[in-house]
Amino acid sequence: MSCPREYQTEAVIIRKMRLGEADRIITLYTPFYGKLQAVAKAVCKPKSKLSGHLELLAYSQVTLARGKKLDTIIGSQTINSFLPLRKDLNITSCGLYLAELVNLFTAEADNIDNHHLFYLLVNTLERLSQGANSHSCLRYFEIQLLEQAGYRPQLKVCSSCHTPLKPVINTFCPATGGIICPRCSFKETVSYSISVNGLKVFRLFQDCDMSTALRLKLTGELNTELEGLIRNYCYYILEREIKSCVWLDNLK
Amino acid sequence: MNQKHKTITDSVSRLISELSKLPGIGPKSAQRLAYYLLRASEEEAGNLAEAISAIKTNTRLCSVCYNIADDQKCPVCSSTTREPGIICVVEQPQDILALEHVGIFEGVYHVLHGAIAPSDGIGINNIRIKELIKRIENGKISEVIIATNPTTEGETTALYLYRLISPMGIHVTRLARGLPFGTELEYADDVTLCRALEGRQDF
Ligand SMILES: [Zn+2]
Ligand SMILES: [Zn+2]
Repeated sequence: MSCPREYQTEAVIIRKMRLGEADRIITLYTPFYGKLQAVAKAVCKPKSKLSGHLELLAYSQVTLARGKKLDTIIGSQTINSFLPLRKDLNITSCGLYLAELVNLFTAEADNIDNHHLFYLLVNTLERLSQGANSHSCLRYFEIQLLEQAGYRPQLKVCSSCHTPLKPVINTFCPATGGIICPRCSFKETVSYSISVNGLKVFRLFQDCDMSTALRLKLTGELNTELEGLIRNYCYYILEREIKSCVWLDNLK
Repeated sequence: MNQKHKTITDSVSRLISELSKLPGIGPKSAQRLAYYLLRASEEEAGNLAEAISAIKTNTRLCSVCYNIADDQKCPVCSSTTREPGIICVVEQPQDILALEHVGIFEGVYHVLHGAIAPSDGIGINNIRIKELIKRIENGKISEVIIATNPTTEGETTALYLYRLISPMGIHVTRLARGLPFGTELEYADDVTLCRALEGRQDF
């Protein structure tokens, strides 16, 4: 038997599943290999040197050995465990939601260099744990994730008649992947109205950097509006519910 | 492989395949156990079979704490020497076994039968949180010790229970988390080290 080939990568732990008594299948999101699944042996035993470094949402340096089906995690060292996040129920829950989103929007073993999405995740977790406005963090993350995953909505012109949008109440339509003007809105059955300010924030978050986005403290109605729109759009794309949403709603 | 199994009887290969589904039992161990049972006396094998079917037919959940019980109440809840005002909340019945093995806890338990795992769709209605709250409302409880696992799910559950129970005017504590016995400091993760420092004690 030849020696297994080892490799190292940075990773955020986005999912954990049981495998027998003490082993776990860990889903890692990495900057240059995309989403990976790997086995971590005996991680729930108290003496495991891996365990804490492979907790959900940990940002770690991971060493893997290539296997026939799944690779095995043979070493891990925490880079950032986002300590303040772990003491706050709301922020932990936001973090778990981000992890689920990344898991749902990415395909496995795609070996895709997607370091943009990776660092978006790491930076958002970091900002959340530093106490940034969680609404702004989540909405910015969602809009940027849609961008990275290839679902950037068209927000400048009507996606039906292609005329520039006016500053009035328009309609967001998941099926056309964008906004439609009042004149065209009767054509679409499943659509949601979007306010002038809602559209402004949506456009801003598509193209600004994180620091700019987080300077805007999203609250109340505006946040609820965008949250609902994006959730419906994600549901349309994924064709399934995002389970953590139920929990986030529970905490409100 | 199938050909090879055909050389042993169907009933033996069925037993091997059932045994190898058990945790910690690989195909080799399953084979050894099966042949051991084949040689064992009828009484010995019968006792084992009976014990296995009894845990499915004779056990139920304790009506107070949801631990595994033979009767209405589990051994802990029916004991007269336990302090019913101190509840230790655990995720699984086997956690009680571990704590009872230490033998220093004098209160009673509450088994949640899981932990909150938002992305798996496990929320407050999927584990026995409502039952715990009812128990606290109806009894004279002085302290609730949260002993969920030190995992993200266990912590989420602990933080949620704290948010729920502490406004009821009840002293809520969390099992101390520190360095596991027999491990080396350099391999500990940040969260464990941070908690171990925060929870440090005088000699
Ligand atoms: Zn139009
Ligand atoms: Zn009981």
